[in-house]
Amino acid sequence: MTDATISNADAPLLAADGTPLKEKLALTTRRMKMRAFLLTVPLVLFLILSFVLPIGQMLYRSFHNPAGSNVMPNFAKAIKGWDAEQGTPGDDIIKIFVTDMAAARKNREVGKTIGNLATRVNYEIPGSRSLFTKTARRAGKITEGPYFDALVKIDKRWDNPNLWRTLQRVTEDYTLSFYLAATDRKYDETGSIVLADELYRIYLPILWKTIWMSALITALCFIIAYPVSYLLSTLPLRTSNLLMILVLLPFWTSLLVRTSAWIAMLQKSGIINNVLVYLQIIADESRIQMIYNITGTVIAMVHILLPFMILPLYSVMKTIPPSFMRAARSMGASNTYAFTKVYFPQTIPGIAAGTLLVFILAIGYYITPALVGGSDGLLISNLIADHIKKTLNWSLGAALGTILLVVVMVFYWIYNKLVGVDNLKFG
Amino acid sequence: MTFTEKCKTRGFYTLIGAALLFLVYTQSFVGMVGFLIIFGIPYFAMHDLPLYATTKDKIGKYIFLAVCTMIFIFLITPILIIIPLSFNAEPYFTFTEGMMSLDPEAYSTRWYEDIWRFGMTAPDGTENWWGDMWNNATWIRAMRNSFFLAIVSTILATGFGTLAALGLSRPEMPFRSAITSLLISPMIVPLVITATGMFFFYGGTMQGIIPGYEKGLANTYLGLTLAHATLGVPFVIITVTATLSGFDRSLIRASEGLGANGWTTFTKVIMPLITPGMISGALFAFITSLDEVVAVIFLANVDQRTIPRQMFSGLREQISPTILAVATILVLMSILLLTTVELLRRRSERLRGLSPG
Repeated sequence: MTDATISNADAPLLAADGTPLKEKLALTTRRMKMRAFLLTVPLVLFLILSFVLPIGQMLYRSFHNPAGSNVMPNFAKAIKGWDAEQGTPGDDIIKIFVTDMAAARKNREVGKTIGNLATRVNYEIPGSRSLFTKTARRAGKITEGPYFDALVKIDKRWDNPNLWRTLQRVTEDYTLSFYLAATDRKYDETGSIVLADELYRIYLPILWKTIWMSALITALCFIIAYPVSYLLSTLPLRTSNLLMILVLLPFWTSLLVRTSAWIAMLQKSGIINNVLVYLQIIADESRIQMIYNITGTVIAMVHILLPFMILPLYSVMKTIPPSFMRAARSMGASNTYAFTKVYFPQTIPGIAAGTLLVFILAIGYYITPALVGGSDGLLISNLIADHIKKTLNWSLGAALGTILLVVVMVFYWIYNKLVGVDNLKFG
Repeated sequence: MTFTEKCKTRGFYTLIGAALLFLVYTQSFVGMVGFLIIFGIPYFAMHDLPLYATTKDKIGKYIFLAVCTMIFIFLITPILIIIPLSFNAEPYFTFTEGMMSLDPEAYSTRWYEDIWRFGMTAPDGTENWWGDMWNNATWIRAMRNSFFLAIVSTILATGFGTLAALGLSRPEMPFRSAITSLLISPMIVPLVITATGMFFFYGGTMQGIIPGYEKGLANTYLGLTLAHATLGVPFVIITVTATLSGFDRSLIRASEGLGANGWTTFTKVIMPLITPGMISGALFAFITSLDEVVAVIFLANVDQRTIPRQMFSGLREQISPTILAVATILVLMSILLLTTVELLRRRSERLRGLSPG
């Protein structure tokens, strides 16, 4: 028996059924991996259908807008090769333009009416809408050339090569112009990219405001959450569990409930103003406007996002033994020194988790700013919703959404690297 | 030091003196009560200071506790304050003079009655009153929609989510971090973006794909359910994987070693241990759906309005204390849910031997 084992030392170990053990092991491991993976497949497929594809399609919409080529398919092909440097296009192209216009006017199909094209061009040249509706109305009556002169007779603006340059750009299916609009840039007359006039810059300022407001909210949450988490982590378990309810109850309470509560608290005839007047700190006439502005948004959002900061801080602080601080103190460190050199560095993982989570959640917030933000407390999300629901400039809304998504994803990636998604916990 | 002993110290007399001074200065009794709460609680909470603590340490600790008290007040006041406000007899969002002087005339339950009366065709009629309320009252309809969506989407999210969490918590799981990141992302991606994507996809692209839904999934319960289930998934994943992370895998091997097959191991060993986590996850998904409003704004029409959607338009258009009455009911519900989750968490910790009890 022992002889046989020694003499076969070089031969591979065999499993019970005669296959080499190594292969058998690899097979089993693969099978177990497969089994674990298969458990997640239903949810992954579900999320791809209900979440990933919708967002992917929105991203696609932000640079794909076929309005121009849908309305004027033949003209879109014809104008492709035309070079704007040679002045207005030749009469053959214009003839196609006129026939396409006349055909589009009769078309009632959704997405292929002259109105769709006019809206699309209007994004590029504000005020050009009437030019298209007017021209389309008369295009049917133009039966013979020279077509160019006939167009100019309808409106002098057709004699401008830059208008045709815009049309050429608009009839392309893939465009970056919505991203330009979303970053307050546009094509100028000659087709180069310039920053919009100062008066018309809306989106970049709002994006910056969103970022600094989120940073401010995160900072305030941190300042408020740190002492509370410290207290909770040092108290005996029974007391801290009791106090934890004060943190978790807001967390479990509806967002709308908390927002309406803050309206009741902060409005001009609200509780805080009433108390201040009652305590004679302010006069009845000079009640403070604390809502429908940035202040209201910041206060309400700090309150709403605070649990997301307290919970990760608390779970990290709970693991720090109190004896560390005592050791530092007994070795002669002052309170401040022991805190900054011993305690604080150990809480950094919790700080990273809390601040990143609060920042990520704050930057995409919609409901609270919409309700208590008034006009200057609005964030980028509110603008996106406006473009989707009210102005119906869907491609611009999608482009703004993509920019916001990229910012959020960058922070999510950082969160993943620093904290790890598996460390996310509630309570 | 006991409570009575604390009341006999110099510090306590100083506190009372300061509160009286405050009363004389501001002439307000309520103000003094507030003063006593903010500065009295930290005084009674100061007991575990070591003997070597200096006066500076004591003052520091006192200020720290006072700050913490104020933060807890900041956290809880807005939620508690709406409860008395919802009993206001006047249509205002604020305390009236009568309410401050505890005049019973100033309190009423009219806003609670409004919950089922508002929107009814004949709120004072007698014939078919219940049917009228059930089908026409705005808030009742919103409540029905909310609960229907929340229950169905919770079942979906919990089913898929628990299955996936079981896979994710296996040590041999491939691409774990990538898949976890994907499954958590509905919580991370701004709701407006998710809702916009769904608005285009469900409303436009899905047209004519599912039989019976030729016009797409926008303005249908199916679309809303899918949206809410998607948003609830991360919470289920987080809660259930947290439960499974403390799971002793040798129990599975022990069960298999004793001759149980996969199914018996799952039902007799794994299930009882993860059920508390699963229920917590389901409650999280439930409250997420119940609280969700952005997807409803984008995907629902008037017939599918939910409670938060109704509150949202109420706050924007005609602010009435009915919202506060609804809010009070929701707060009571959150208290109930929170208690359940806490009890479950403790039970699960006890089962797994993580806490003494």
